[in-house]
Amino acid sequence: MVGKGVASRLRRETMVKDEQESSNRPDNTAFTQQRLPAWQPMLSAGIVIPGFVLIGLAFIGIGVALFVTSQGIQVLEIDYTGVEQKSPCFRCANSNEKNCVCNLEFSIDRLLKGPVFFYYGLTNYFQNYRRYGVSKDDNQLSGDLDYFQSPSDTCSPYEYDNNVPIVPCGSIANSMFNDTFKLYQTVNGVKKQVPLDGKGIAWWSDYNIKYRNPSVTPLKNAFNGTVKPIFWSKPAYELDPTDSTNNGFINQDFLVWMRRAALPDFRKLYRRITHEDYKEGLPAGNYSLEISYNYPVLSFDGRKKVVFSNVSWMGGKNEFLGIAYLVIGSLCVFMSIVMLIVYAKFKFPEED
Amino acid sequence: MQTHLPLQGGGLKEGVLSFALIQASHTHRRVTAGKNGPVVSVFDFPKDEKLVSKRKRNLKTAMTWRSPLALVRDALRGQRAREKELRNLVSNLPYEGLEKRKQPNRFFPSNAIKTTKYTPLFFIPMNLFEQFHRLANIYFVGLAILNFIPVVNAFQPEVALIPICVILFLTALKDAWEDFRRYQSDRKLNNTPCYIYSRKEKQFLERRWKDVRVGDFVRVVCNEIVPADLLLLHTADPKGVCHIETSNLDGETNLKQRRVVSGLCISIPDFEPESFNSIVVCEKPNNNLNHFKCYVEKPDKEKVGAGIESLLLRGCTVRNTDHAVGFVVYAGHETKSMLNNGGPRYKRSKLERKLNIDVFFCVILLFTMCFIGALGHFVWLLARPGVPPYLVPDTNGHLDSPSLASFYMFFTMIILLQILIPISLYVSIELVKIGQIFFITNDSDLYDEETDSRMQCKALNITEDLGQIEYIFSDKTGTLTENKMVFRRCSIMGAEYPHKENAIRLAVLDEPESEEEVIFDQSPRPRQMSWSLDAEDANPVGKPPRGSQRRSSVAVHTQTDVAFSSPLETEVIPDKRLLQQISRAESCSSRKTDPYLDFFLALAICNTVVVSMATAQRRRTSVSPRSSQISGSVDTLSNLVKKAGNLLSSCQLTSKRNRSLSEEAVIQCVKMEKTVDTNRHQTCSLHPPSQGARPSAASDDLCYEAESPDEAALVHAARAYGFTLLARSPDSVTVRLPSGEDLEFELLDTLTFDSNRKRMSVLVRHPITRELVLYTKGADYAIMELLGTPYAEHLRGGQKNIAADTQYHLDCYAKDGLRTLCISKKVVTDKVYESWLVDRKKALAAIDNREELLMNTAVQLETNLTLLGATGIEDRLQESVPDTIVALREAGIHVWVLTGDKPETAVNIGYACRLLEEEDLVINMSSKNKVTCTSILDCTLEEVRRHMADPRNVDTTPNISLVIDGETLTMALSPDLQNRFVDLAKRCRSVLCCRVTPLQKSSVVKVVREKLKVMTLAVGDGANDVNMIQAADVGIGISGQEGMQAVMASDFALSRFKHLKKLLLVHGHWCYTRLANMIIYFFYKNVAYVNLLFWYQFFCGFTGTTMIDYWLMIFFNLFFTSAPPIMFGIMDKDVSAEMLLGVPELYRTGQGKGEYNFLTFWISILDAFYQSLVCFFIPYLAYQDSDIDIFTFGTPLNTISLFTILLHLSIEIKSWTIVHWIIMLGSVALYFIVTLAYSAICVTCNPPSNPYWIFQSQMADPMFYLICIISTVVALLPRYTFHVLRNSVAPSPLIQAKHLDRMDPTTRDQWIQEWRSFRGGRPVRRSKLDTPSSSTLEAPDYYPEPLSVSDAMGDDLTLNAVTVNFQRPVQT
Repeated sequence: MVGKGVASRLRRETMVKDEQESSNRPDNTAFTQQRLPAWQPMLSAGIVIPGFVLIGLAFIGIGVALFVTSQGIQVLEIDYTGVEQKSPCFRCANSNEKNCVCNLEFSIDRLLKGPVFFYYGLTNYFQNYRRYGVSKDDNQLSGDLDYFQSPSDTCSPYEYDNNVPIVPCGSIANSMFNDTFKLYQTVNGVKKQVPLDGKGIAWWSDYNIKYRNPSVTPLKNAFNGTVKPIFWSKPAYELDPTDSTNNGFINQDFLVWMRRAALPDFRKLYRRITHEDYKEGLPAGNYSLEISYNYPVLSFDGRKKVVFSNVSWMGGKNEFLGIAYLVIGSLCVFMSIVMLIVYAKFKFPEED
Repeated sequence: MQTHLPLQGGGLKEGVLSFALIQASHTHRRVTAGKNGPVVSVFDFPKDEKLVSKRKRNLKTAMTWRSPLALVRDALRGQRAREKELRNLVSNLPYEGLEKRKQPNRFFPSNAIKTTKYTPLFFIPMNLFEQFHRLANIYFVGLAILNFIPVVNAFQPEVALIPICVILFLTALKDAWEDFRRYQSDRKLNNTPCYIYSRKEKQFLERRWKDVRVGDFVRVVCNEIVPADLLLLHTADPKGVCHIETSNLDGETNLKQRRVVSGLCISIPDFEPESFNSIVVCEKPNNNLNHFKCYVEKPDKEKVGAGIESLLLRGCTVRNTDHAVGFVVYAGHETKSMLNNGGPRYKRSKLERKLNIDVFFCVILLFTMCFIGALGHFVWLLARPGVPPYLVPDTNGHLDSPSLASFYMFFTMIILLQILIPISLYVSIELVKIGQIFFITNDSDLYDEETDSRMQCKALNITEDLGQIEYIFSDKTGTLTENKMVFRRCSIMGAEYPHKENAIRLAVLDEPESEEEVIFDQSPRPRQMSWSLDAEDANPVGKPPRGSQRRSSVAVHTQTDVAFSSPLETEVIPDKRLLQQISRAESCSSRKTDPYLDFFLALAICNTVVVSMATAQRRRTSVSPRSSQISGSVDTLSNLVKKAGNLLSSCQLTSKRNRSLSEEAVIQCVKMEKTVDTNRHQTCSLHPPSQGARPSAASDDLCYEAESPDEAALVHAARAYGFTLLARSPDSVTVRLPSGEDLEFELLDTLTFDSNRKRMSVLVRHPITRELVLYTKGADYAIMELLGTPYAEHLRGGQKNIAADTQYHLDCYAKDGLRTLCISKKVVTDKVYESWLVDRKKALAAIDNREELLMNTAVQLETNLTLLGATGIEDRLQESVPDTIVALREAGIHVWVLTGDKPETAVNIGYACRLLEEEDLVINMSSKNKVTCTSILDCTLEEVRRHMADPRNVDTTPNISLVIDGETLTMALSPDLQNRFVDLAKRCRSVLCCRVTPLQKSSVVKVVREKLKVMTLAVGDGANDVNMIQAADVGIGISGQEGMQAVMASDFALSRFKHLKKLLLVHGHWCYTRLANMIIYFFYKNVAYVNLLFWYQFFCGFTGTTMIDYWLMIFFNLFFTSAPPIMFGIMDKDVSAEMLLGVPELYRTGQGKGEYNFLTFWISILDAFYQSLVCFFIPYLAYQDSDIDIFTFGTPLNTISLFTILLHLSIEIKSWTIVHWIIMLGSVALYFIVTLAYSAICVTCNPPSNPYWIFQSQMADPMFYLICIISTVVALLPRYTFHVLRNSVAPSPLIQAKHLDRMDPTTRDQWIQEWRSFRGGRPVRRSKLDTPSSSTLEAPDYYPEPLSVSDAMGDDLTLNAVTVNFQRPVQT
């Protein structure tokens, strides 16, 4: 009897103890005991050789492809700033004449394959200046009429002109590039205008979503009680007299300008040459570019240029990336040889 | 008049009445004074404290009109009353029902506690105020404010506010939640019921804790928690004793006695609180749980002293006492337990201190970069010939001058590059440490099954210090040893009684735990075999298998929480010869003065052991984890089996029934060992003959609760010889003699133990001879110098030199590693006693230096002692201590052992735990005066230097150990010798300090820590180690047998010493490398990312433009790259735990400068610069001369940095678990998802970036990928190659270990052996005669040879060991 009592008591107390034990004993899981199965990569010469070789070869392959592609891209870059005396635009650059026109003659000796992109370029122009970048009113530009009458403070000092709100306000809009170009091909002494396509040169998302005109017809009415930016010669709703849908904030040139360049030397897309006879590109021959020279750049030592270029899948011409890939790829291959020597000399005993 | 109200109460006892009358007259006088005299007079209180209090009391009752001035005055007075050194408290009862300002004790806080920090109304301002104490927040806010200044802002001002707001909000939320939890627990505590006496009702009424006020009478009943600090006035116990358990306060589970303030004589039979008319004068509240000074002044001006022994502390539990009544002395926040409630310990780790220096470097770097930016802007502006259209003038169309603009630009740059100062690093470190602590506390290897306790981390922010320890200072008793004291042998009147059978029993007990190294291995091995076989045979069929038995025994013993009472400690098999001696002495006519009887009486009486009955066991309603983990009496299977074996040995009759009964005895533990049944069978025995005859019913249920294990061991030993301690009350001790006779000694005084005297005494009146006898027990040197005429002088001539013989035995004991105690006696004449009593009373009632006075009185009485004998108590080494010490030393840690023991004992333990090795050169320093000490130091130092410089010793590790005693240590630590001593100690592999005091322990730690500038760790288990634990960089408490004081003071609490090995070698190493690498990485990460912005400044005219959207920048740090480093800091594992334990040398990588040092920091910063250059300039060159816009340009930069930063981390990660993969891939996925979503949603938001559709368009462009790939590869190539080459050409020990780790176990072990011997990790054995031996360098020759079986069976088995005089001053 006594024995039985002891046994039952033992059992009971064991159970109690079990409960306690579970309350204080750490969980024996792989996680809490830091015993999770783990992959322990070992960085040593023997192991990385194949990796280096593979990366090296792949890079060399990519490098060759990039280099070849880049070589295939043709670029024609012409400076028309007019700093030099002999430059056709020298006169325009140094006078304050409005709508000064200068003609730039140039020739192409072989076909510039199409589609040809026609850029204008500026150097030493800091569109990435911080306060310049802030100086716009996104709400206004998205067509909110409230902001037409009271533009955001960020636009200051291009916010009001004699207390009349400026639309579009701000420094970016105000400083919009306003040189215009007309391209002629001289065929047998006759100037033949090359049609320039001004559609779809801005980002699709800018044109369709980010920038919007107020839904007022005619557009002009929306701008009642506002003035055009100080530097502008014509108001926003008359930017493109040829196409009424290309006016206001969704004017393609305006959109291109509003997308600020990352670096001080930049180019921006002006037109594409995709039409009619020039679908295949600009054939060899003489060309004349009629420039309506408006934009002052000498005040900041800037340069203006036009660029004709065709593009590939990798964008414009850039040899750097291809060369970089080639160099790094070769370096990797070289390193793998070094590793091989190191491996042969210092291999850890158990690796064999 | 209102003041007479107390009189109206009616039914007052005479005392109160007179008291009230006195008061009334006082009041009257005071009132008139108040009318005529100036009001100012209130403030010039006389110096006499008592008068002051009376005047004050009267004033309070006198004033009826309250002006604001009076209120202010009252507040001032309250302030003064609270801050006075002494407080006069009176009963509240006469004032019951009066308004508050009439209450005498109104200045003292009530018992309601409020631990909340905030109130709902002022939460926001208070919390903000609190938060702005943090430097990081101020930095953030400062930057945000800077952003609001238009000329310097870098981002949209509102946007810049968001991070700081989020941080403040989250912190506030956390604080509010914590505060609410505190509020809830406060409310629960404040509303706990308790009983307060009410004069109106004439009984104790149920109230709440918050209603208790100073001056109330509170009744507590059994198992109830004491609501406030109570001065005990009455208990249900006729002797006025109340037992309490203080486990809530200090974790000690043994019962403590508190007794009624003696001499108040108002307690019998029922206590009438209303009759209490004395004034309680007590000291200002303090947080010392073990001291309380107070006296009670009776109406007749008699002062009665009271101390901590009469104070029931708030939070204690009343046990074994039906009820008790106390007078509230301190309430609420003034109670000792509340004053002890400090927050968590805050220490700053070494790594963090270094980190702060590097943060300072970052600040310098930031300012340099900002300066470059400002200068660049200036130059850029000067270079503009005119005003270009992109320069935006201010509102007035006016442009700032270049110098002013560049001045502004400096601040803009600070905002822009702010992340360079890694504020988020501090948050991340905190998170990492939480994770590390989680893993440490959850390690099942650090879990102790016996006590069911985990490792505890008390300090939350020094985990990484564990990986850098260079010096360990360890206590011996309880830390290296079990602190389970076992009586081994004794010497009485110069005769040695070796207790052979007892030794054999202990040896058997040890047997199943074969891995444990037993120090005193004298037991014959073959016999052990047969013993255990016997036990096996005796186990009848149907006994549960071993495993379950073990479980059950463990289970059962945690239930019975009695300190120091496992069978191991309680059972002593008496020595036959000694038994005969005793029975001879008993029968002899001179029995009253027989030294043998005196010796055992002294063992039984001279202690503070509390006797409680098993039937009155403490009832535990709930076992908190804390209290359960320190239960001292947990047993293992071994004991159970041994128990059986033991019983079998003593009585040949065995039956199943008997067996189970004995098991039950173990189970109950409190039932001492014999049930009636077993007793019947013990016919033949080594037990005292009287044992069988004695009435067992009464004494069987005895349970001894001792404060120290030594005492318990001695009481149990006395019991084994028939001297049973039956009861102890404050006034008497009852002992049953072997003859069965009960003697009740009148206990006149107890001179408690203190570490200065190193002894304790009891003064009793012998019931038969009526002599006053003082029994003293203490350390041998403390007793020997107090000896008067030897006892033996009037005995036979041959025994004259008892003291010398005993000393010889003591030395032998010490050499065996036993703890020695001397027992002595003194007969005090009544006259001497009476004169002494006067002094004693004075001392007791003293408030100032009471301790000192009490000690003086004790010293006064303890003179001319007569030596009775000595005892040897064994304290066994804890499991795996030698292993642990060897491993720690291989890890490059210097181990010091600081002990209060004698040098002989200490040296012996030193060898047993392998602190000292046989081939070691042991330098023994011991000198009496400073001159010798100096010359010894110089000489030894010279010797050691020569030894080190000796070309023959170049390839061997110097195994020099130092043994130094307390006295010499004091001299060596004196300022002029300090440097030399430290220089010597630095060259020693281990140091053993003997006979050191707690204060010396801490000063040793401090000196080593400050002079050598090393990381120190102190480990200890007792109150005497607290100083040391607090002085060291890392303090570790062992939750052992000596209560929880060490644990409470420690940073980490372990249950066994052996856990230190894994804690340091594995967790310490991991925590350190993880955190160090994480911090380095964090610096790198911030610099690498911020530099992208910096390089861009060179292309935007230093105008502070960002090419990455501000939100994405915030997200980059907050989400995309925050989790990986934190995971890295918590989970990375450079080498497996097995390797770290197998090759302790790996620990050395963290010591000293470790992995996080000047070089690694700057290398990572340089790497960050390189990588940021690559990440910026490859995209720059690729996009040069294109029509790329700002934020399209920024997108690949951001992506490249993400990849670079994450892949950089993956080079650093040493082992990849599933968690690593999830977090790394998750971060990348999160980046793409969030960025895509953000660029799809944000149309006009967050000007000027307008990220709308930018990321989408980039992702559709193959160039984006090509640029990302090459930039990432180029950025990481150098680091990767460097790692690969280093690992191949010159692998670090850690890498080698990792290689080894990959092999299969057998070859690995082989490799480890070879590799370690190659690396010189294992000390090369060398002959100890390498050096010219001088007198200062002596090789140990006293290490006892392992004894053979025949030796062990011999009578004087260990006494023939060679004695070496350790005290001998070394000649120079």
